[in-house]
Amino acid sequence: MAVTGVIFVLFVLAHMYGNLKLLSGQLAFDEYAHHLRVFGEPMLPKMGLLWIMRIVLLVSVVIHAYAAFTLWGRANNARSTRYAVHKMAQASLSSRFMRWGGVTILLFVIFHLIHFTIVKPNINADYTQAQIDASPYIMATASFKIWWVVLIYVLAMIALGMHINHGLWSATQTLGWANSPSARATAKGIALIVAALTVVGFLIPPLAVAFGLIAK
Amino acid sequence: MTELIHGLYTEGEALVDPSAPTGPIETRWERTKDANRLVNPANRRKLSVIIVGTGLAGGAAGATLGEAGYQVKSFCYQDSPRRAHSIAAQGGINAAKNYKADGDSIHRLFYDTVKGGDYRSRESNVHRLAEESVNIIDQCVAQGVPFAREYGGLLDNRSFGGVQVSRTFYARGQTGQQLLIGAYQALERQIAAGTVEMFTRHEMLELVVVDGKARGIIVRDMVTGEIETHLADAVVLATGGYGNVFFLSTNAVGSNVTATWRAHRKGAYFGNPCYTQIHPTCIPQHGDKQSKLTLMSESLRNDGRIWVPKDAADCDKDPRTLPEEARDYYLERIYPSFGNLVPRDIASRQAKNMCDDGRGVGPSISEVGPDGVTRDVRRGVYLDFADAIKRLGRPAIEEKYGNLFDMYARITGENPYETPMRIYPAVHYTMGGLWVGYDLQSTIPGMFVAGEANFSDHGANRLGASALMQGLADGYFVLPNTIREYLADAPFEKISEDHPAVVEARTSVEERINYFLNSNGNRTVDSYHRELGSIMWEYCGMERTEEGLKLAIDKIRALRADFWTNVKVLGKNEELNQALERAGRVADFLELGELMCIDALHRRESCGGHFRAESQTEDGEALRHDDEFAYVGAWEFGGQPGPNGMGAPVLHKEDLVYEFIEMKQRSYK
Amino acid sequence: MRLTLKIWRQANASAKGSMHTYEIDGISPEESFLEMLDELNEQLTAKGEDPVAFDSDCREGICGMCGLMISGQAHGPEVTTTCQLHMRSFNDGDTITVEPWRADAFPVVKDLVVDRSAFDRIIQSGGFISANTGSAPEAHSTPVPKPKADRAFDAATCIGCGACVAACPNASGMLFMGAKITHLGELPQGQAERGSRVRAMVATHDGEGFGGCTNIGECAAACPKEIPLDVISQLNNDLRNSGKYLR
Ligand SMILES: Cc1cc2nc3c(=O)[nH]c(=O)nc-3n(C[C@H](O)[C@H](O)[C@H](O)COP(=O)(O)OP(=O)(O)OC[C@H]3O[C@@H](n4cnc5c(N)ncnc54)[C@H](O)[C@@H]3O)c2cc1C
Ligand code: HEM
Ligand code: HEM
Ligand code: SF4
Ligand code: F3S
Ligand code: FES
Repeated sequence: MAVTGVIFVLFVLAHMYGNLKLLSGQLAFDEYAHHLRVFGEPMLPKMGLLWIMRIVLLVSVVIHAYAAFTLWGRANNARSTRYAVHKMAQASLSSRFMRWGGVTILLFVIFHLIHFTIVKPNINADYTQAQIDASPYIMATASFKIWWVVLIYVLAMIALGMHINHGLWSATQTLGWANSPSARATAKGIALIVAALTVVGFLIPPLAVAFGLIAK
Repeated sequence: MTELIHGLYTEGEALVDPSAPTGPIETRWERTKDANRLVNPANRRKLSVIIVGTGLAGGAAGATLGEAGYQVKSFCYQDSPRRAHSIAAQGGINAAKNYKADGDSIHRLFYDTVKGGDYRSRESNVHRLAEESVNIIDQCVAQGVPFAREYGGLLDNRSFGGVQVSRTFYARGQTGQQLLIGAYQALERQIAAGTVEMFTRHEMLELVVVDGKARGIIVRDMVTGEIETHLADAVVLATGGYGNVFFLSTNAVGSNVTATWRAHRKGAYFGNPCYTQIHPTCIPQHGDKQSKLTLMSESLRNDGRIWVPKDAADCDKDPRTLPEEARDYYLERIYPSFGNLVPRDIASRQAKNMCDDGRGVGPSISEVGPDGVTRDVRRGVYLDFADAIKRLGRPAIEEKYGNLFDMYARITGENPYETPMRIYPAVHYTMGGLWVGYDLQSTIPGMFVAGEANFSDHGANRLGASALMQGLADGYFVLPNTIREYLADAPFEKISEDHPAVVEARTSVEERINYFLNSNGNRTVDSYHRELGSIMWEYCGMERTEEGLKLAIDKIRALRADFWTNVKVLGKNEELNQALERAGRVADFLELGELMCIDALHRRESCGGHFRAESQTEDGEALRHDDEFAYVGAWEFGGQPGPNGMGAPVLHKEDLVYEFIEMKQRSYK
Repeated sequence: MRLTLKIWRQANASAKGSMHTYEIDGISPEESFLEMLDELNEQLTAKGEDPVAFDSDCREGICGMCGLMISGQAHGPEVTTTCQLHMRSFNDGDTITVEPWRADAFPVVKDLVVDRSAFDRIIQSGGFISANTGSAPEAHSTPVPKPKADRAFDAATCIGCGACVAACPNASGMLFMGAKITHLGELPQGQAERGSRVRAMVATHDGEGFGGCTNIGECAAACPKEIPLDVISQLNNDLRNSGKYLR
């Protein structure tokens, strides 16, 4: 679980970096999207890197989700009679939102893949399907002019940020790297920074588009 | 039969320990171990031993006998063997390791312990204890007990209880906990290995004696109420002390005398029942609802100054507003050379005197005085760190006593850095217990007694940090080496659960339970226990007089009679029934209390924890009478067995002979 | 003080339980929580009602026998054991709910009493150092660096009360187990069994029906002995490296 979680975090960070290229304009972003597909050629076939990545991610999702649901089930069995009153002393919101947050992310990813990778529906009447298919840049900017799309992304990113905030610290703990008070504090700090970075980093492009800070 | 003395007891034949060794003291134990027969490993598997109690003594014995390959059955009343009361010991454990090269030796530990016990213990036993002390530390370290260490990685020691050498090993203020966890883990390991079968939440309610030999016990499964019979080739009782006869003590609320008292009724002699230790630095009682008292380490007396107001009218004033000249630092005044560091019994007695004098501090609690009149008394004296804080600074005091101060603050809600602490003596340890020979065997063959439950090696007074030593010495090293001499007589006759003696034991247990459940009285068990406790504390506590003890005996008899007609126990047997558990324990305390008073009455001397007002020096110090009382008082049960009958007990004297140490009168002026 | 108590009553393990409401008056703030319950029981007995069963023994915070869920918090609102909780932590007129530890690995025996023997079985599976009586080397033959000794000690102060399990949303026993792994794993004497110990204990823990740890940290917040969360990480570390320790 921790390993797959960390894979996700790495992917998400890379993805975020890529997305930020939206800010540098259509050319740069489309170039980047193209580059992703031809990366490693001729050592790798076209789209090779992408497919390796896709497979790793897919396997990770399965493992991660399987582990998550097993833990969930075990926890339910471990306390079949609930407390009438139960106060949390210190548990962070993030830690308590892990499961539903994970589910939220899963749903979001499905939506997101339909949105940007598999179907690429045209949801903004100002653009044509051809434009969208041709340029990932246009595909993204077109969508983020629609308020409810932005809202979905914002909510999803908050869920993601919370998931990473607890998840990353949790992963260090699970991997046995937080076995002293100082290591624990460091792990918590890093997790918080990475989480904040992800939320902010991911949200800059959509919000920039939504508020018209990016041309077109 | 000889005639009744004081109308209370008779004197029987002198008692001689059949297993007492002779010859040079240094080799007595070694020679005994060699002389005791061995049991070959194949036979061990066929021999069964019941061990009641999983404290230091019982836990260690269970683990060791299990390793040796005997079939062990282990019992405790808690939900886990790890919770035995040994867990509460704070201070430390003595061992003559001489790691500090300060001149300690086995002989010196032996000497200090005999002297500390006010010359009322056996030389052979104490010497053996001192010898084994060294092995205990090795054993515990190997098990992973995290003793305090110095920066070099070696074990640290401190000096404790006024001795001149540093021989006390400790694990912060939780030594008993760490030692017990070590023994518990060793025991659990044997449980996993299948050599020990563990019965938690099982209370021993009767001993089974067949043809004069201990052959088993009757227990109640405290969850289902089932009365079970367990038979074995030998029985070991390691059930701890009986300080709870006073109701309020530093013992765990479940500590009881039932196991040993039932064995006493079946023929085991009870040694020195009146020897109780009262610890001077406990947190005072806050009200009449209190259920137990909490000990604070004695080390506090190293820096705190003890005082009460000179004028009783000042007792409810804020102590900080009282000027120096209005305070009476009574220990410093009466004992100028030892001051606040006088031994436990003296510090305790003087605190009581001050409060009896009306100069106690803290909340006033109503109590019934010796004259039978109810009055309000403040039971507490100040233990003041203001001077120490001024002298050493608050950080230094925090460093040394921080955890104790925190504990005090948590319990009392007062900040001891700001206002002086209040302390008062409380019952802490019982030196008395079932009489055993050098081999730890009681007067019932096949029944061995270990730890605080036996009348132990501490004489009339136990030194700090030596109960843990005795418990573990008994459990790990002594008992496993002496019990084999008994077990070497195997095979023992097979007995079955329908043997008349077994049936009789079992029926008596069932009858008693039914009696309680059907008695339909109107007083709760706890109310009897509280009343017994206040009688014991008043008349058989820190200071005892002939008149008081006689009065106490009358009162206990009346209370016992009332208990048996008026006690109210609800519910049924076939469930967890805590009132029922307590009823049985209180019934036994009500009988023990009388024996304690008789023992205290017959011993017309003051020694160690036993202070008879009639026997004191001109300056009010304890005065021993070695010519008359240098013996162990071993009591044989005299009554007709039955719910309420207690006839006159029979006193058997075991003379104490001092060959290696000269008896001296102690002085702390 | 006057209080309203809502207490879980359950006749035995298989009976169905429910919350019952009791009023109690005249409680002094100096009393401990358990003394308050003692008093309730005296009153119930006088009225002929079955007293409330709850566990306690030492009543000084060290045996680990006591343990109640008090208004939703394990051992109540202070960082201490139930027996060391005093009524001054509450206000006159408060309503207090009292429940047993809830975890399927700790079945209810009666009312507020639970069966924690699963902890003993975890220890049985490896929570010890195999050192037969009499076979020990001289204590000073193996020095232990003070920081390691201190950490071992901190972990060894666990009293086995089960509050960690009670407080954990997953009902996981990881803090208890991590404390033992850390205690024994820090000491040179504990090295030989380090790999097998952690594997066996974790297997027993999972088999006993405790939940898995998702690092929520409620356990450490509820622990009366303030066992820190890093013992769980230490356990995970030992588990990850158990192969190495076994070699
Ligand atoms: C607060 C406190 C602090 C102390 N500090 C120190 C110290 O610093 N140094 C020192 O040397 N000594 C100290 N002592 C004394 C010492 O702790 C005890 O004397 C010693 O631990 C007793 O050990 P034990 O094995 O004999 O009995 P215990 O540990 O009392 O064990 C008794 C066992 O018997 C079982 N049992 C009892 N009755 C029954 C029954 N009827 N049926 C079934 N099982 C039963 C119990 O379940 C338990 O397992 C202290 C004592 C107290 C109270
Ligand atoms: C596919 C959808 C996802 C689901 C259903 C999901 C669910 C979960 C759940 C239930 C946990 C349980 C552990 C806990 O409660 O602490 C968890 C842990 C974790 N998740 Fe996710 N998650 C998903 C996606 C992600 C993503 C996208 C990331 C990274 C950005 C991620 C990173 C982590 C990390 C690092 C952990 C901690 C692992 C550990 O402690 O061992 N997860 N996840
Ligand atoms: C505001 C935030 C996001 C934006 C703007 C965004 C944008 C995009 C775009 C434009 C693509 C298509 C890239 C391409 O086809 O070249 C894409 C693909 C993808 N995104 Fe996102 N994304 C965001 C957040 C996320 C998050 C949070 C996740 C996962 C947790 C995620 C997972 C993916 C995945 C798995 C793909 C498919 C990659 C592939 O296999 O082709 N995205 N995203
Ligand atoms: S870790 Fe803490 S809460 Fe858990 S059993 Fe040990 S002492 Fe209790
Ligand atoms: S609260 Fe539970 S989830 Fe883990 S960190 Fe503690 S065991
Ligand atoms: S009763 Fe022992 S810890 Fe509370």
